[in-house]
Amino acid sequence: MAETGRLTAPARARRWVQAHPVTTLRIVIIVAVLLVWEGLARSGWLYRDVVPSWVAIGRALVVTLSDATFYWHLYTTFYEIGWAMVIGGVSGLAVGILLGGSKLMQRAYEPLLYYLGPCPKIIFFPVMIMWFGVGPGSKIAMGAISCFFPVALNVAGGMREIDKVLIRVGRSFRANTWQMVTKVYMPAMRHPIINGVRLGLGVCLIGTLLAETKLSNAGVGFLVIQSYTLFNMPHMYSLLIVLFVIAIGANALIGKLGGLDQIRRS
Amino acid sequence: MSGPIPFSKRRYFPAILGLGSCAGAVLLVELLVYVELLNRFIIPPPSDVVAAFPRVILEEHVLSRFMLTAGEALAASVLVTIFGVAGGVLLYQFNLLRLATETWVAAIAAAPLVLMYPLYLVIFGRNATTIVMMGFTAGLAPIILKTLEGLAGTRRVLINVGRSFNLTPSQQFWKILFPAALPTIFVGMRLGLIFALINIVGVEYLINFGGLGQLINELAERFDIAGTYAAICFVIVVSIIVFMLTERLERWLRPAG
Repeated sequence: MAETGRLTAPARARRWVQAHPVTTLRIVIIVAVLLVWEGLARSGWLYRDVVPSWVAIGRALVVTLSDATFYWHLYTTFYEIGWAMVIGGVSGLAVGILLGGSKLMQRAYEPLLYYLGPCPKIIFFPVMIMWFGVGPGSKIAMGAISCFFPVALNVAGGMREIDKVLIRVGRSFRANTWQMVTKVYMPAMRHPIINGVRLGLGVCLIGTLLAETKLSNAGVGFLVIQSYTLFNMPHMYSLLIVLFVIAIGANALIGKLGGLDQIRRS
Repeated sequence: MSGPIPFSKRRYFPAILGLGSCAGAVLLVELLVYVELLNRFIIPPPSDVVAAFPRVILEEHVLSRFMLTAGEALAASVLVTIFGVAGGVLLYQFNLLRLATETWVAAIAAAPLVLMYPLYLVIFGRNATTIVMMGFTAGLAPIILKTLEGLAGTRRVLINVGRSFNLTPSQQFWKILFPAALPTIFVGMRLGLIFALINIVGVEYLINFGGLGQLINELAERFDIAGTYAAICFVIVVSIIVFMLTERLERWLRPAG
């Protein structure tokens, strides 16, 4: 302690850098990116405002976050995503349990889900507009379709990995189907379900927001495409930053709450 | 002597059941439209959709649209492979850089990057470059992470064999590390290609430019309902075929055992 007190400021900084090389490198990378960005913004090499200054983006971020209408649009998006997650998640869970619980069902129907899963879901949007209209219904449907596949496939895979002893214990207690699902299957499949929900949330967010950018008059996706139409680039950047923070944060939070980070470490 | 195997236990029964159920659902929709329980202006009879296939294929130049989308996907895949593998190798070679940025790359992989398409429209314009760059952006992170995983997962004994032969760092990389990591790198390439393809067709639809995605948008805007459904079915079939082909290739590359 006493020795540290005698060190000069540069020496202390050098010692901190040596003690925290990863953090130092991260700071260096962030500062370098900010400087290159700012240089590009001021260089005039690109069209004006295509790469706006960080100051302009920061100002737009403050304006966006202090604007009450932004929260109304955010609420609309959350409302659509929430319903999409409930509909897609619950149906995915039910289908996953059905597929995972029967070898015949799995072999008959899982290949269909497996191969339909990676298709670009946004192509269904014209059909969803015809079925559910141009309001929130079609966006909820887009999110639900996107979310359904990862949840169903993860749950089906999780069902097959349940310890057979647990299932035998449930049956020996003469548990009915509902009790088997709630007392045996669901607790034993916690991690695959959480993983499916995490993946489902990511694609649900994309499906819903893309649908909002295509045809909508509310939601954050609508705000993004509106700022493109008005060429308000700092506003668009600020919206994208908010969306990325929300998406990455939600992903990390679900992983943490579900204990997925602990699985990877063990 | 065991008797004949019952039909429900035959090897192909599940596949027949799955496809048969789909065919049954299609027939049910046909019937419901016929008895006017379903509105044919919202859900066309499947027979109309099937009948629309030749018209869509011939009149809407599906082959040239398919080639355009395939070309965009190929360009994005080449870019993604070059930059993704190089990025993974870079992170493997410099451990400090890996520790500092691996979580960032994983976070980027989880971010809804496709929402940047309006930004790309401003930067690159409404053309194929925007679509290719969108595919590239979406497919980059999985390849970086999988390349890193493949290189880091090389068995210690293989690396020690290379050292015992006094291989130079370059020889060690090209003769030991890269071949050992290739199956995992290919998993990343497959993921990258699928992500790129999904985003390419999606952005084509959203910006009404390019190949198959634009076809769906145009038919929907013309209110050609049977044609829209036929085009959607066509895109689904194409993406399933691409998915199956890449899966086959991945199995072929994966070492036995």
